[in-house]
Amino acid sequence: MQEAMIKRAKELLADGTVNRVMGWKKGEFVYDTTPAVFETAEELEKEFVCNDFTQANLSKYLIKESRKEGKILAFLKPCDTYSFNQLLKEHRIIRENVYVIGIPGGPKLDMEKIKAKGISGILDVKNENFTLKIETLYGTETMPFYEAVSGKCADCKSKKHVVYDELIGEDGDVLASRRFDMVEKLENMTSQERYDFWRGELSKCIRCNACRNVCPACTCENCVFDNPKSGIDQKAAADSFEENMFHIIRAFHVAGRCTDCGECSRVCPQNIPLHLLNRKFIKDINSLYGEYQAGADTTSKCPLTDYDTDDCEPSIVHERGVE
Amino acid sequence: MFRISAEKLNDLFDRIASKQTLYIPVDREDKAAEYKKYESGMTLSSALNTVRSAKDFFFPQTENLAEFRLSGKTIEVKDIRSEHEDFVIFGVRACDARSFGILDSVFLSEPVDTFYKNRRDHGTIVTMACTRPEETCFCTTFGINPTMPGGDVSVFPDGTGYSFLANTEKGKEFMAEISDMLEEGNPAQLAKVQENTRNILKRLPLANLKTDSFGGERLMKHFSSEKWAELSESCIGCGTCTFVCPTCQCYDIRDFDTGNGIKRFRCWDSCMYSDFTKMAHGNSRNSQLERFRQRFMHKLVYHPSNHEGEFGCVGCGRCLSKCPISMNIVKVMKALEDK
Amino acid sequence: MNNDTLIPLVGVVTDVRQDTPDVKTFRVNALEGGKVFEHKPGQCAMLSIPGVGEAMFSITSSPTNKEYMEFSIKKCGCLTNWLHAMDVGQQITIRGPYGNYFPVETELKGKDLLFIAGGIGLAPLRSVINYVRDNRANYGEVQIVYGSRSKDDLVDYQEIIDEWMADPNIQVNLTIDNPQEGWDGHVGFVPNYVKELAPSTNKTVLVCGPPIMIKFTLAGLKELGFTETQVYTTMELRMKCGVGKCGRCNIGNKYVCKDGPVFRFDELDALPDEY
Repeated sequence: MQEAMIKRAKELLADGTVNRVMGWKKGEFVYDTTPAVFETAEELEKEFVCNDFTQANLSKYLIKESRKEGKILAFLKPCDTYSFNQLLKEHRIIRENVYVIGIPGGPKLDMEKIKAKGISGILDVKNENFTLKIETLYGTETMPFYEAVSGKCADCKSKKHVVYDELIGEDGDVLASRRFDMVEKLENMTSQERYDFWRGELSKCIRCNACRNVCPACTCENCVFDNPKSGIDQKAAADSFEENMFHIIRAFHVAGRCTDCGECSRVCPQNIPLHLLNRKFIKDINSLYGEYQAGADTTSKCPLTDYDTDDCEPSIVHERGVE
Repeated sequence: MFRISAEKLNDLFDRIASKQTLYIPVDREDKAAEYKKYESGMTLSSALNTVRSAKDFFFPQTENLAEFRLSGKTIEVKDIRSEHEDFVIFGVRACDARSFGILDSVFLSEPVDTFYKNRRDHGTIVTMACTRPEETCFCTTFGINPTMPGGDVSVFPDGTGYSFLANTEKGKEFMAEISDMLEEGNPAQLAKVQENTRNILKRLPLANLKTDSFGGERLMKHFSSEKWAELSESCIGCGTCTFVCPTCQCYDIRDFDTGNGIKRFRCWDSCMYSDFTKMAHGNSRNSQLERFRQRFMHKLVYHPSNHEGEFGCVGCGRCLSKCPISMNIVKVMKALEDK
Repeated sequence: MNNDTLIPLVGVVTDVRQDTPDVKTFRVNALEGGKVFEHKPGQCAMLSIPGVGEAMFSITSSPTNKEYMEFSIKKCGCLTNWLHAMDVGQQITIRGPYGNYFPVETELKGKDLLFIAGGIGLAPLRSVINYVRDNRANYGEVQIVYGSRSKDDLVDYQEIIDEWMADPNIQVNLTIDNPQEGWDGHVGFVPNYVKELAPSTNKTVLVCGPPIMIKFTLAGLKELGFTETQVYTTMELRMKCGVGKCGRCNIGNKYVCKDGPVFRFDELDALPDEY
C-alpha cells in the first residue's frame, strides 16, 4: 500500500496536479508517525510512511493547507473523509485546492493496548497473519492482532469513502457497527452510577486541550475556553467540577457536527473515553430526528440547526431525562 | 545496605503510611500507572513510570494562593495556604528524581517560591532503580544513571526483594523508622541486577543520542535554524507534552469567583498554547513555530545557558509516548544536531 | 504567614488624575499611610483587582518621593478598564517591586542624559527624570524629548509645564504627531524630531515608547553617531508573573522579570529577535 501511495504521489507531483503531499512521516520507531507535508519525490521516498500506526486524521490540517498556494494531495482513510466532508460543508476547506486520494482504513493499532499487555521495550511490530510479532529489548512477544486494534477502529462505522478524487484500493461499505453498545450500557446505569463513571473518567483530565485541538469539529478561530470574556477560560479546574464542564460543553459544541472520528479519545494522554460523550449525542439525534451521519454528505441539513414540523417536542426530550 | 523481601513490601508501606502520608505508583484500570495515596492492600505498579510525572507533588496542577474578600472599596487578603504535613513519595524513577533539581533551580532561586519550597521541605523522596527501561528512555543522554536513582533514599529491586540506601539526612531518618523491618542486603545479587540493566541501557535505541550540539553557546544558531518550520508544522498546539513533562513548570495565576469571595490560584500553563504570551499589548509569540521553538530552546539551550550547562530534559520519554502527533524532543534534537 | 512574593499587599488609591483621554495617573498609599514599599527608578509593581486580574505597571513616581507611589495607566484591556473606573478610596492589591532599574547610581551617574519618550512611554521614564531632578548635582545636562499623538495625549502635561519646563537645568522638547489648534510647538514624529535636534553624541539615552517608535528612534540615533551601548530601554510590557518563573517573559535566555526590564541595546542585540 505504502509503495503504491508513494508512486502515485510522485506522479501527481511530477505532472503538476499538486505541489504538496499530505501524509505521515516515519519516526524513531515503527509507531510514532507524524502528519507531514512532503514537497519532493526524495522526501516521499525517504520519509513517507503508511502502516498499522498511521492513525492520525489529516482532515483538519487541510483547513490551513487548502489556503496555501497550489493544490495539495491528501491521503484520507474512510473515517477521515467524513471529517473532510463535514469541513467542506462548513466551508472550512477550499475543495479545489485539495486532491483527495481515498485509501483503505484500518484497523490501525494502538501502541497503548500493546503496552497494556505488559509488553515493553518495543523495537518493532509485525503483523503475521493477524498475529503480532513484537520485537522487544527483552525478547520476542506475540499477541493477537485484534487485541491491539485501536478503539476508533474497533468501533469502525464505515469503510466507505464519502469524498475522493481517486482511490487506491477498493471502496468499502457503511458497517453495521456496535459503536453505541457502550452508550447503551451507560444509559442503562442509574444516574448515580453514570455520574460516578463520568466523575471517575473526567477527573483524570489534565486540561491539555489535546482533544479540542485535534478535533476536526473544533475549528473556531477563538475557542470560548480561551476567551477571557467568556468567564469560563480557566486553564485548569478552578473547582472540582470545572473539568467536567469543559468536556460536556465541548460535546455540546460539536453535537451534530461530530463525525465520530475518534481522534479525541485517541490523543487523550489519560485515556478518557471522550468519544462516548459525542456518541451519546449522535445516538440521541438518530433516535429523535432520524438517522443522521455528520460528514456523510455536504448538502443535507443537520437536525440540530434545522427545524421542521415533524421534529420531536421538547417535552419528549424532557421525559427521556426523567428516570 | 539493607533489604526487604518482596512479600513484605506492603508491610513496609503500612508502616510508613502509619506515620506519614505515603504515595506509591499503582496501576489504573486502563493499565496506566499513577501516584495514589497509599491505602492498605494497594499493589505497587510494575509499570516503568507514571503517566503524570512526580512533579505534581511539589508543583501541583492547581494550588490556591490567596483568597480575597471585597466589600465596598475595601479588600481583605486572606492567606489560605494549608500547612503541609510530611509525606513520602515511593518509587520515583531516576529521571523524575533529577527533574526535582531542575524545578528547584527555578522555584528555589530568588525570589524563592515558598509554596514550592514548603512542599519540598515536607517531602521525602524514595527512588526506585530501573531494571526494565523502555525503548523511549534516554535519561543517560543527560548523564542520569537509572541504576543509581538518587533521592533521599534509593531502592534497588533485585527480582525477589528491594534493597535500601539512604542518601541524605532525611533519608537516614526515614531509614531509622523502618530499620527493624529490614535485613542485611545481598550486594552480589544486586550487582548482578545492575550489571544486567547497564547492558540493556547500552542497547536502547536512543542510547546514542548526544547533547554535544546543544547548550547556551548555540543560542543564535539553533534559534535561527530553518528546521523549526518543518518540525512544528503539524504541532496541534496542545499542552500534552508540557503537562506530562517532569520539568515543564510554566504557570498562570488566575482568579475565580467562588460566589463567596475571590480565590486566586496558580495552575499549570503551557508555552505551546496560542494565548500563553497574549497580554493587553499583544502576543510576543504569535505563531506555533515560535511557541514550539520556545519549548525546545528552553530545554536545550536557555536552561543550560542559565544553569551551568544543566539541560531542562531528563529523558523520561513521556512526551515520546503521549504527543498526539508523535513530535518530540528526540526528533528535535536529531534534526538540529551537528551533522 | 503572608510571606510569598506572589501574595499581594493592599494599597489604597488616594488621588486620581485624568492625564489624557485614555491615561489616568493613580496615587497609591499603604492603608496606614506612606508607601506600600520602596523602589528604584524603572522598577515595576503588580497591581490587581481581585477577580479582574493582575498586571504589571511601571512605577512612574520617583523613589525620592517619600509619601506615595504613582502609576500612569493607559486604558487598553480588561483590568485597565476596571482601574480607570476607580475612585479615590478604592483599595487595590499590589506586589513588588519587580525587575531591575535604570542604573542611576552607577552607569548614568555624571552623564549627560537624553530622555526620549512617546505616549504612555513617559511613565517609566518619569520616575528616572524626577529622581535625576532630585539628585541634580549627580548628573550632567538633561534633555527630554517627548511626543504624543496630540497635545491632549501628552501624559503629565501639567507637571511638564509647571516643573520640568520651568527648570532652567533641563531642556524639554515636546512634539505632537499632527498640527493642532492651540499648539505652537513642534509637530512631527519623535524619531524625526530627535534627528532634527541632533543631540550631542556624548549623551546617554533612555528611550521608551511604542515598539515602532523605539525602532526608528534607535535607527536615527545610530545615524547621529550614537552607539547601542549608550541607549537604554525598558521591556516591562513582557512581564507577567514578576518573578521570572511563569515562562513568558524570556527573550532567548534572558528573563525580562529578572534580567530586565531595563536593558541596554547592546544587550538586546545579543538576543534573538523575539521582541
